[in-house]
Amino acid sequence: MKKLKILSVLFAGILALSGCSGQPEDNKTVKEIYYLNFKPEISEAYQDVAKAYEKETGVRVKIVTAASGTYEQTLKSEVAKKDAPVIFQLNGPVGFSAWKNYCADLRNTALYTNLSDKELAITEGDGVFGIPYAVEGYGIIYNDAILQKYFALPQKSTDYTSARDITDFSALRAVVEDMQKNKDALGIQGVFASTSLSSGEQWRWQSHLATVPFYYEFKQEKPEQSTIVTALNSKEISFAYNENMKNIFDLYLNNSVSDPKTLGTKSVADSMAEFALERCAMVQNGDWAWSQVSGVSGNKVKEENIKFLPIYIGTPNDAKQGICIGTESYFAINSQLSDEMQKAGIAFLEWLFTSETGKSFVINQLGFNAPFSTMTELPADPLSREVAYYLNSEKLNIEWTFAGFPSEDFKNVLGDALLQYAQGTKDWNYVVTSTQESWKTQKK
Amino acid sequence: MSKLLKRYYPLFLLPTLIAFFIAFFIPLIMGIYLSFTEFTTVTDAEFIGFQNYILAFENQDFLNALWFTLRFTAVSVISVNLIAFFLALALTKKLPGTNIFRTIFFMPNLIGGIVLGYIGLLIINGILLRFGVTLTYSPAYGFWGLIFLMNWQMIGYMMVIYIAGIQNIPPELIEAAHIDGANNLRILRHITIPLVMPSVTICLFLTLTNSFKLFDQNLALTNGAPAKQTQMLALDIYNTFYGTIGAEGIGQAKAVIFAIILLIIGCVQLYFTRRKELD
Repeated sequence: MKKLKILSVLFAGILALSGCSGQPEDNKTVKEIYYLNFKPEISEAYQDVAKAYEKETGVRVKIVTAASGTYEQTLKSEVAKKDAPVIFQLNGPVGFSAWKNYCADLRNTALYTNLSDKELAITEGDGVFGIPYAVEGYGIIYNDAILQKYFALPQKSTDYTSARDITDFSALRAVVEDMQKNKDALGIQGVFASTSLSSGEQWRWQSHLATVPFYYEFKQEKPEQSTIVTALNSKEISFAYNENMKNIFDLYLNNSVSDPKTLGTKSVADSMAEFALERCAMVQNGDWAWSQVSGVSGNKVKEENIKFLPIYIGTPNDAKQGICIGTESYFAINSQLSDEMQKAGIAFLEWLFTSETGKSFVINQLGFNAPFSTMTELPADPLSREVAYYLNSEKLNIEWTFAGFPSEDFKNVLGDALLQYAQGTKDWNYVVTSTQESWKTQKK
Repeated sequence: MSKLLKRYYPLFLLPTLIAFFIAFFIPLIMGIYLSFTEFTTVTDAEFIGFQNYILAFENQDFLNALWFTLRFTAVSVISVNLIAFFLALALTKKLPGTNIFRTIFFMPNLIGGIVLGYIGLLIINGILLRFGVTLTYSPAYGFWGLIFLMNWQMIGYMMVIYIAGIQNIPPELIEAAHIDGANNLRILRHITIPLVMPSVTICLFLTLTNSFKLFDQNLALTNGAPAKQTQMLALDIYNTFYGTIGAEGIGQAKAVIFAIILLIIGCVQLYFTRRKELD
């Protein structure tokens, strides 16, 4: 009996210890702000930013970086802690719908008023909850040196003489197929880099490529509003432009370095290495790829030769179409923390994009194409300059419709279907129906 | 001394109890509670009753994963235990090089599942590429690839347990059987197997639960490809929890169902093999 009593007292004690959690202390002066960073590639640059900020203002910035691909997991556990992140990142409207209760309204901050294009922010009603901080673009990256070599070939069967003349899908196909025929003369193994389809490496197709047909589908449905919003509100999809997607996907598969049956083993890094070593002339990727290409040992691609072509899919719009420009990097401020904490977080971000020190960090070390009116200089990166070229041209750039796709799970179903199509185990019809089905179930 | 121990034993128990509470009991209770709620982080749950369980059972991926896991478990439990048992028999025969072989067979078990999974992926793809296909080509490749991986990893461990069991058999018994004229097969059937039943119980339990709970090897080797057809329960739960917006509660419900199934299978297995053990 006595033993039981002692035990029960112990149990109660443990429960009391672990059961209650202390309230966050209401410090009037914030000494430290916590920022959960999304981009592992610039985590070291951020440490320098934090040091500079502490030197100027005395406020410590604790920057924690989630390992690649684990941001949502990390955020879920960090936010539940007592010292939760003040600044965190949303990947777009879908991320916002998951974190709605944690996003502070930022409409009265300089961050929002300085935004060069207000449409880019994540808004709901009158509130502004996510501020984009890096505009990025993707398309078909090509190596102009190899294309020039092709245009100079005596035996070529097309009349094009410059990459900028390629303004629709039929031109692209004619050039690509003729280049593939002459691949030995050009010294390449195939026109396109491997269509990487191993698991976790499919995002260039299931998000990026799929954006183009779905952009046209949603634009046709509701021309007046953002296709991301239309996507978010659609319970079903028709996948009307699936044949167009098949056009370009077949072109990638049939004129490639690799046999389509082996694509289940290829990663994005493989594809970028093929491009860097001039085994191929083209690869679909975004402006972030330059650092990857130039980092490959033995890289042969020169900075002035790396450029973008739009992803043509053979719609009547091809001639007007530009590259895909958008963002999936938004800052949000944790609304569950004290006002002082939130203000300190906002102050840090405003400093980063308005002060001279902050701005030079953004351009030189973080490498963001930040969409703020205070940012007047562009990053030095050649592909970022290409993004700027397309932004300022007359071309109609495609927004990142994939931000409105239902979930990661939906994208993976599409990616897996593309893999099965590529290796010949399923036909294109399966890709279409499984994509439609998956959208419907995810939107239930 | 023993009186003192009797009086103060709760004090010595305390560290373990605290650890048990923090690391097992509280998460378990929270987990069960969360499976009845809708939540984003574990601190902002909203009670919604059995809705998550209904959605979990309506989910075709979950049912597919359950069926795949059951098939995988059945095949791997049989193959791992058979091969491990015969290896143990061979390596208790006092053949030359026994110790080296025991070490070699045990080694894969020391490598973590993710690493072993990626090594397995390279090996299997290396072979399949000679035939112009890869592991993602057909779900059958993924299934047998996983079986190969599981055997590779678990055989050595089970073998060590069986060796310990076989070495514990008193040599007089076998000698007596020989004198009575029993051949090797009869000795195996009527002396060795009944006397290693305790090892069989442990090995069956370990392979059964480990196969059922398999996660990292599955993630590294196939990650469900092609099209989730090689996705096992643990991976499906993980993908539901993190890969689908607003489905954290459903993932949690699946996890509770998973735990209950595992508990039932484990108890039934222990009950049946225990009955076969000799005193």
